[in-house]
Amino acid sequence: MTLPFIVFFVCAFLAVLGALTLILAREPIHSALALILVMVSLAVLYLLLGAEFIAAVQVIVYAGAIMVLFVFVIMLLNAGIEERTDFSKLAKYAGLLLGMFLILFLAHWMAHSLIGQQVASGVAGTNVSVATRDLSHQLFQTYLFPFEATSILILIAILGALVLAKKDE
Amino acid sequence: MDFVTQHPVLVVSLAKIVGLMFLLMTTLAYLSWFERKVIAHIQSRWGPYYVGVHGLLQPLADGVKFLFKEDLTPPGADRFVYILAPMLALTLAMTTIALIPFGPPTVQWLGQSTLIVADSSIGLMFVFAITSMGVYGVALAGWSSNSKYPLLGGLRSSAQMISYEVALTLAVVGVVLLSGTLNFNAMIESQRGYYYYFIPRWNVVPQIVGFLCYFLSAIAETNRAPFDLPEGETELVGGFHTEYSSFKFAMFFMAEYANMITVSCLATILFFGGWLSPFPDSWTVMRYLPPAGLLALAVYLAYDTVVLARGIYRIQLIVVTIGALVIGLACLHPVVLTVLQGPFWFLLKVGLIMFFYVWTRATLPRMRYDQLMSFGWKFLLPVSLANLMITALVKVWPLLVNHG
Repeated sequence: MTLPFIVFFVCAFLAVLGALTLILAREPIHSALALILVMVSLAVLYLLLGAEFIAAVQVIVYAGAIMVLFVFVIMLLNAGIEERTDFSKLAKYAGLLLGMFLILFLAHWMAHSLIGQQVASGVAGTNVSVATRDLSHQLFQTYLFPFEATSILILIAILGALVLAKKDE
Repeated sequence: MDFVTQHPVLVVSLAKIVGLMFLLMTTLAYLSWFERKVIAHIQSRWGPYYVGVHGLLQPLADGVKFLFKEDLTPPGADRFVYILAPMLALTLAMTTIALIPFGPPTVQWLGQSTLIVADSSIGLMFVFAITSMGVYGVALAGWSSNSKYPLLGGLRSSAQMISYEVALTLAVVGVVLLSGTLNFNAMIESQRGYYYYFIPRWNVVPQIVGFLCYFLSAIAETNRAPFDLPEGETELVGGFHTEYSSFKFAMFFMAEYANMITVSCLATILFFGGWLSPFPDSWTVMRYLPPAGLLALAVYLAYDTVVLARGIYRIQLIVVTIGALVIGLACLHPVVLTVLQGPFWFLLKVGLIMFFYVWTRATLPRMRYDQLMSFGWKFLLPVSLANLMITALVKVWPLLVNHG
């Protein structure tokens, strides 16, 4: 049992625990806190895979900015405890089946893909640190067009929110 | 001894963490003394004076007082979040110090650089990642107290911290462009050298606008005066920590000071050359500045002991004098002197920035909330954006000219 191994299992456990709490908690703030736990655990997993930059960005963008807005809105609206409705029978059984299928599919893909095999054999992950410089070269030279297109997409989303939120005169 | 040689990384890291924690806790306690003393002298008062000589034992007394006060939880409070909030605030605030280099990486022990706990290749990003989480401590404290003033304080602080984080980050990108790295030690190395042989080549010279934007947003980000609206006494009783008492309140207090230290360290690294000395290496006399300062202090204290102090204070002063004398003489040892150069200049610069912080608090009145928001969005953000664009243009200009 090496140290990265132990850290992986602790963070994986925390991520799953956070995801379950997110769904099961009835207080909106508790759900938001659980989601932050998931984000931070995922960041640590990225760190273990040697992706320092992605880990930092994960924390800054998701845990530090988006979730702060979530918490802010929950506090601002003073959202109370959720009321539970009866779950639909269809969602319960079909959801269970589809969930199982998804897990099996992911497990199959991981076992047979190149990346999955690399991770399993320990080739990928340990001591492979992606330099931020290389990442930015990829982002701003090779994939410049998709990158800019994404930013315009986000801008459109912001404008859409503004138009929807604007009161009619 | 076998264990030490087999696991040098683990042993050195643990030793560094323990040492840093001890120093940081002491510093946090004494910062409250420093702040009270400075503000008192600015306002023509004496400040803490009775507990120990010059009030030097006041932090200890305050700590004992905090520990023995009743720990209240308001009825209807969310107990889990109520306890989590101060812990989160303090832990996050203290974690960032691990990424700060206090001296050059050449100072080593068992092959590990000693004066930094975690030398990450993207240290700056990690500091921002951790400080961006810092808002939760304040926001959750306000929410979980089940009381309207803390809730308002928490809301204000979340809005304020999100707004100013944008300007803070943009102000720093200019420095990143100039040095071309996110690693702290490399950033400091890139500031080595002199303009006209005597002005240090620190980033504050080309990035003066960036520094001012950074410092203003840092004050807002750490909720300090004149931007301390989350705890505006005149409007919100005590803001987000109104309902907190005893040691939980002390934790918020310590978190605030730890955040101040972090942003001051960051300002020193990014704009003032970190652990670099402002004097050229050829001025070897300047190497003796730390022991000289301590010995001068010892001489002053000795004068104080003989001429001014009376009774129990005289005995305490003798102890402090001998302490300063012994440490000052120990600093004359060549090995200690070499190791000390980096931390001495670094801590001196951080101390000066901390003094500016306290000075600001003693001088300026609190801003109004709408003024705060319009200042952040309509002034700081455009200015730091313009600074970033001009820096980028200057950096890319040679390339453009050569291509065309």
